[in-house]
Amino acid sequence: MTQTMRADSVLSIKSLCKNFGGIKATDDVSLSVSRGGIHAVIGPNGAGKTTLIAQLSGQITPDSGDIEFDGRSILRAGMAQRARAGLARSFQITSVFLEMTILENAMLAVQGAQGHSYRFWAPTHKDQGLADIAMDHLMTVGLHHRSGRIVSSISHGEQRQLEVAMALAMQPQMLLLDEPMAGMGKEETFRMIEILSLVGAEKTILMVEHDMDAVFSLADQLSVLVNGRVIATDSVAQIRSNPEVQKSYLGDSCA
Amino acid sequence: MVNLSCTRSGKVYLGMLFLLGIAPLLFQWTNQPFLLDLLSRGLIIGIAALSLNLILGYGGMISLGHVAYLGIGAYCVGIPAYYDVYDGWIHLSLAIVTCALFALITGAVSLRTKGVYFIMITMAFSQMIYFIFLSLEEYGADDGLVIYARSEFPVWMNMESAVSLYYWIFGLLILTLFFIHRLVRSRFGRVIIGSKYNDLRMQSLGFNTYGYRLTCYVISAVICGLAGVLLGNFTSFISPEMMSWTRSGELIFMVIIGGTGSLFGPLFGALSFLFLEEALSLITIYWHLIFGGLLIALVLFGKGGIDAWLRKLDK
Repeated sequence: MTQTMRADSVLSIKSLCKNFGGIKATDDVSLSVSRGGIHAVIGPNGAGKTTLIAQLSGQITPDSGDIEFDGRSILRAGMAQRARAGLARSFQITSVFLEMTILENAMLAVQGAQGHSYRFWAPTHKDQGLADIAMDHLMTVGLHHRSGRIVSSISHGEQRQLEVAMALAMQPQMLLLDEPMAGMGKEETFRMIEILSLVGAEKTILMVEHDMDAVFSLADQLSVLVNGRVIATDSVAQIRSNPEVQKSYLGDSCA
Repeated sequence: MVNLSCTRSGKVYLGMLFLLGIAPLLFQWTNQPFLLDLLSRGLIIGIAALSLNLILGYGGMISLGHVAYLGIGAYCVGIPAYYDVYDGWIHLSLAIVTCALFALITGAVSLRTKGVYFIMITMAFSQMIYFIFLSLEEYGADDGLVIYARSEFPVWMNMESAVSLYYWIFGLLILTLFFIHRLVRSRFGRVIIGSKYNDLRMQSLGFNTYGYRLTCYVISAVICGLAGVLLGNFTSFISPEMMSWTRSGELIFMVIIGGTGSLFGPLFGALSFLFLEEALSLITIYWHLIFGGLLIALVLFGKGGIDAWLRKLDK
């Protein structure tokens, strides 16, 4: 296992550890995500992928190790602070606001990026500064023509697209995507791959994903996580031919 | 509130507000001072319910100690009056500052918790206040404190007569409704509503929700405290009993009956609650039994409360 630290890395994770009781959910993980690339983390269920994302976004505090974003340690920053610093996260379990419309969801994300919200008087529905930007990002994922729909009434795939639009609306430097294809059908997955390759041209992405087709067609770099450990990090082609990876992971699902 | 007049439910609400506005004239004309009394009390409790709804309905913060602020507001009239300070502006400012401070301190602690823990801790704080006033011998302890005169204001806005006090209450009610209407549609309001549905998600969108929720809690407490000032003036008597946690429970009931997270619902929830209580107690001494049954039925079958019921008119 070789870990090449690149000079221009946006995110570097250094010897990160997290235990839950006796289980090593994250076991000495070091990773570096280079600027502008799409870096995918794959691994079997229970490998600690979501735990890793949760530590990067600030939801869970690691036991030891360090996380540097844009050259500075963000270990002490809370979730909100990391988000404002330009690290946007989407969730594995869809967690958009079901009771609101698509546009209201996106506007909330834009609002989060626009400094403080201690504004008590002006109604947001007349706020073109919010709506216009939100619409731009809905356009990117192809939801702009349905912006008035209540989110609970749209399909699962569309909700996942909205997740991505909201992450984009935060105008981040980098996106942390936790299984963006989770629970999607073939066509929806295909659509999401299109969207993400579009997004990936402009932003750095670290994604956790099960869908191998998606990973192989999108990612530049791949890390394989097994039992909390990174067993390999390399280019897609190299990983595919790595015997250790074949044995421990790909052997099962891509035989 | 321009858009209100567009929906049928909105028209009903505006119509009822209009009726509340002219109620004193009707009561005077029909010579029913008792009804004016009942309605005055109803509107004060209604304002308290509206303030609770701001944190409970819109923000998802279920406080079982909200009447503490009603009581603090009332004591902010009673204690100065005990020292012959009757200046209404002093009473009002004192209530605003005291409630804001108490809410800031207790909110800062309680909002670190969620769910049942939040309910318990808000109740604990309000019981603390309750026992503090219960032990203050100087201010009557459990015998309470009589307020011999109402807060003094310039002649054109004094609250000496029952009718002028009613219009003070009505005025605060309209201000509160308008303020909440604007607040929940503002950027601040969107953050509060968002954090009710999914606080984690809001944080991941870059909102430090704790600060927003605390601010909302303080605003709600101040509104409730202002209602307390009017309550002190209305009853001319205050005792710790009005701060007991069971009163907070009643306030929650009123919000639920009216419709959580609706602008007008809690006001009419409070009015229905109080009128029902009054009417049933006229019929039988066992009225608590019927009242309890009715409340259970309302919660079980009346999902969304009065507001949801009225909104059926819009479809």
